[in-house]
Amino acid sequence: MKVSIEINGRTVTGEVEDRTLLVHFVRERAGLTATNVGCDTTSCGACTVLLDGESVKSCTVLAAQADGHAVTTLEGLRGEDGGLHPLQRAFREEHGLQCGFCTPGMIMAAVSLLEHNPKPTRHEVRDGLEGNLCRCTGYHNIVNAVMNASGQEVQR
Amino acid sequence: MIPAAFTYRRVSSVDEALAAVAEHGDDAKLLAGGQSLLPLMKLRFAVPEVVVDIAPLDELRYVRAEGGEIVIGALTRHHDLHHDPVLAEHAPVLARVAASVGDQQIRHRGTIGGSLVHADPAADLPAAILALDGVLVARGPAGERRIRAAEFFQGPFETPLAAEELLTEVRVPVQDGTGWGFEKFTRRALDWAIVGVVVAGGAVSLINMGGTPLRASATEAALAAGASAAEAAALAAEGTSPADEAHATAEYRQHLARVLTERALVAAGR
Repeated sequence: MKVSIEINGRTVTGEVEDRTLLVHFVRERAGLTATNVGCDTTSCGACTVLLDGESVKSCTVLAAQADGHAVTTLEGLRGEDGGLHPLQRAFREEHGLQCGFCTPGMIMAAVSLLEHNPKPTRHEVRDGLEGNLCRCTGYHNIVNAVMNASGQEVQR
Repeated sequence: MIPAAFTYRRVSSVDEALAAVAEHGDDAKLLAGGQSLLPLMKLRFAVPEVVVDIAPLDELRYVRAEGGEIVIGALTRHHDLHHDPVLAEHAPVLARVAASVGDQQIRHRGTIGGSLVHADPAADLPAAILALDGVLVARGPAGERRIRAAEFFQGPFETPLAAEELLTEVRVPVQDGTGWGFEKFTRRALDWAIVGVVVAGGAVSLINMGGTPLRASATEAALAAGASAAEAAALAAEGTSPADEAHATAEYRQHLARVLTERALVAAGR
């Protein structure tokens, strides 16, 4: 079937198999490879994107279901000054990444988390990011990055 | 992992969805939020020939108070339930349970109807609806019918719904304010419950203590007779035969049911 998805403000149209997953459309049709395929079982969150503004696991949404909808990936994030988004900047400042594989998904989930809860506690950050797995960092610096981006104190 | 090939059909009304499943019967599957069905399809545990996408049916996405009941459209998402002001006032236990389903991303897509129809004995919302004595409203070729939650969960992933029927709505009585509690024990973040407990007034239901959500009847009877939370909770595992497997033995699950029931009863103010 033919699908047409607005990705980061640009409409991407393509003929896909009905079973095509959104993550594959984003990576292979739109050529946006920040969104990663990690576990492919709805567990790890590396494929997290915003669908109509809400975080979703794009390995568990059909491209067909996103037809006519708006998707934001890590490449679509911007700060108010046109530079890095506050979460991207905070992940850099707090060293919220090691290998970086989970980072795009972490950041997209954190965007959604802060949207609903602009001043989360550390516990709420951990709760909000429970759908994202990182095998390197022990999560401490990731939590710090989200606290930093929300203008709150971090733990050294 | 990619699902086996199927034909995707998007529908724009309940009637159109019913016509699509009437046409294809057992070969068709309704796709709501897809957070249970798509993982199963990717693992090829489910191989439908036709997938009927009902996610766009906003007519089934609502929560409202109606008389003494809260009426919830089947396509209301877990995230909606978590943040709904009507539920916060009239059925807070349901908002709390919805907030614990899966993770943030799953709650943004997953729907209450999808969770109930999937009927996973380890899922949270079926036990909550059972504790609340909910009624499930289904539409099919013969019209509408209402099924009590106690009759709806028949076995693991088994309900009385026919392939040609669509769950449209869930109705639960407004709670009388006698307190509620919810406890869930998981191995890791976002896992299914090893065991969970939902308390709503004098009702107590158990997650993952058998092939369906179960009412802890001995505990409920003890509570009705004036027993303390500890005394009533000691009876929580009576009559249950939970799975005995690598992550938790049956005996451990029964122990957990007692401990979590006491905590949930205390949280409910019993």
